[in-house]
Amino acid sequence: MKIQTILAAGAMTVAAVAAQNAQAGAVLDGIKDKGFVQCGVNTGLPGFSAANAEGKWEGIDVDVCRATAAALLGDANAVQYTPLTAAQRFTALQSGEIDILSRNTTATTTRDAKLGLTFVGVNYYDGQGFLIPKGLGVSSATELDGATVCVEPGTTTELNLADYFRAKGMSFEPVVIENINEATAAFFSGRCDVYTTDASGLASIRTQMAENPADYVILPEIISKEPLGPVVAQGDEQWSDIVRWAFTAMVEAEEYGVTMENVDDMKANSTNPGIQRLLGVTPGMGEALGLDEAWAYNIIKQVGNYGESYEKNVTAKLGLERGLNALWTDGGLQYAWPVR
Amino acid sequence: MSKPQNAPGDVRSKGLVDYLNDENVRAVLYQIIAIGLIVLAGWYLVSNTLYNLEQQNISTGYGFLDLEASFEISETMIDYSAQSSYATALMVGLLNTVKVSLLGIILCTIIGTIFGIARLSSNWIVRKLATVYVETFRNIPVLLQLFFWYALIPGAFPHPRDALEPIPGVLLTSRGMYMPVPEPDAAYTLMAIAAVIACAVIYFVKKWAKKRQDATGQPFPMFLAGLGIFVGFVLLAYLVGGAPTELSMPALKGFNIRGGYNISPEFMAVLIGLTVYTSTYVAEVVRSGIQAVPNGQWEAADSLGIRRSVALRKVILPQSMRVAIPPLTNQYLNLTKNSSLAVAVGYPDLVSVSNTTMNQTGQAIEAISIFMSIYLGLSLLTSLFMNWFNKKMALVER
Repeated sequence: MKIQTILAAGAMTVAAVAAQNAQAGAVLDGIKDKGFVQCGVNTGLPGFSAANAEGKWEGIDVDVCRATAAALLGDANAVQYTPLTAAQRFTALQSGEIDILSRNTTATTTRDAKLGLTFVGVNYYDGQGFLIPKGLGVSSATELDGATVCVEPGTTTELNLADYFRAKGMSFEPVVIENINEATAAFFSGRCDVYTTDASGLASIRTQMAENPADYVILPEIISKEPLGPVVAQGDEQWSDIVRWAFTAMVEAEEYGVTMENVDDMKANSTNPGIQRLLGVTPGMGEALGLDEAWAYNIIKQVGNYGESYEKNVTAKLGLERGLNALWTDGGLQYAWPVR
Repeated sequence: MSKPQNAPGDVRSKGLVDYLNDENVRAVLYQIIAIGLIVLAGWYLVSNTLYNLEQQNISTGYGFLDLEASFEISETMIDYSAQSSYATALMVGLLNTVKVSLLGIILCTIIGTIFGIARLSSNWIVRKLATVYVETFRNIPVLLQLFFWYALIPGAFPHPRDALEPIPGVLLTSRGMYMPVPEPDAAYTLMAIAAVIACAVIYFVKKWAKKRQDATGQPFPMFLAGLGIFVGFVLLAYLVGGAPTELSMPALKGFNIRGGYNISPEFMAVLIGLTVYTSTYVAEVVRSGIQAVPNGQWEAADSLGIRRSVALRKVILPQSMRVAIPPLTNQYLNLTKNSSLAVAVGYPDLVSVSNTTMNQTGQAIEAISIFMSIYLGLSLLTSLFMNWFNKKMALVER
């Protein structure tokens, strides 16, 4: 008898859990209920997402999550972080374990169409490069025939690498390690001649993880396009809109010259209708997104605009200039859709 | 004996209640209900998952297996390139898992048996050393041991440019160990066939020898004869094949050492880690097996004038095997399953390749279902083999 009772109870539990999952599309309600945004980030990539000395997460990927929380909940700190490896990230998002994946993730057709994901924007335009020890005596990626290459599995990097060597008729031996810390340790121990990932990631590894950064160089070749950005699961369009516009507001703010410093002043005194709309002086935008009218104000006040976030994280930590990520008015690719 | 008959006039009503009160009927009924519930729960889970996947626009099915994998794998036992399909990639992973597991099982049995016997040695130093070995490696989590070996191996040896060469032709580097191998030649296929034939011949000779010993009591030097037959056959095949002497020598070319056979640091770390860890358990199994054989067996062997080493081999070990095989099976299964930790140090085993596949295609459920069923299959196969072996070794009651 006991066994039967247990079985029945088990079946009920399973059914209840499954039924819960069946209500996909309620991400937004879930966040409002629990009062924070669950954000999937890198396990440790300084400049993008890494825990600082006090254990607080920071980086431009982290700032996207903070901006979303500020817009939706009015508090940029209402974020919980889930550090993920490249191989774990999509499953975590698909299963609903995280609400948003902001982990230097490249937008591709397969991921967008087959994995049930929505890429909501590009917060970093990147490309794949190669990091080598200076002692290798190589000055171009075309000289890498026969090299051993350390790479993270489950990345576009891994595929580009195979494509590049195949196209050039060269061979290589991959060493594939999932955890970025283990992978870089293998590279620095001399297991590999080359470490490959996005150029920004290479800069991060070189400046933050190498014992002596001067011993390593990044080769000039950039072998791929890597538009990195935040991702959400399909099924809750209002949620994906909020993430998209939270990020857009950061870029828009930079275009208007609204900063963390002057946002209060701008809100009180600016006569520019665009700024008035963005900061909720002229209402309508918040309502359209189902948010408080102060949504963008909260983002800029608590997180800063895109340029500030970039400066604080990428330029300061990795020494990378804006490059492709400058505003379109400065010859870059960052171009905010108009908030109106 | 006759069945008890119902008394005349006592017409037992076969109503539903009586029927349900029947113990036998109930037993069957409960089982049907239990199975029904399990099936129902399973069906509910599967249909819900499929529904959810569809709702989230995640594609399902195993069609992705035919697509081009477009990633490279470092160690392959079969032909593989980035143009091969995901199915081939998974096959490569499976073979790598089988390779490291099989070698691990063989090595841990040998090492474990030695340490198990050493723990019972009458020599104090040998006994204590064996105890220290067992207690140390048994009590450190195997994943940490893998990390330890993987940190040690590439770090302890120089870059390929300054490779160590302890024996001519054998190179030790941070990229692993390289050794010369013969260039492919038809003669080696011939030798492999000869080896199989030799094994068959040895089997029959052994049968004949046992029969003769049973009948006449005359022992036959089976080990020497077997060795002779094996070496003879293989050597003959080698000579018939034209005695090829060409070797593929490892040598520095470009960044890496090319040619020869490479044992990668990842493979070494996994093999050493699994072998050392599991051998401690095997040692304990062997020790308990030997101690389970009554002391009277030693004394009986002594009184017949059998040397101690022979007594150990011919009297004690065969009996201890009967005690040892079932727990040994567990250890083999553990080793096979633990080999999935190889992913942590970058050895391209089944889990590693499946993870990559899962991530590139997004087919998490399918990929996991594949590698779970493969591990289940491997474990069941190991169990089947060990059960057969156990039956063979079991005491034959006469």
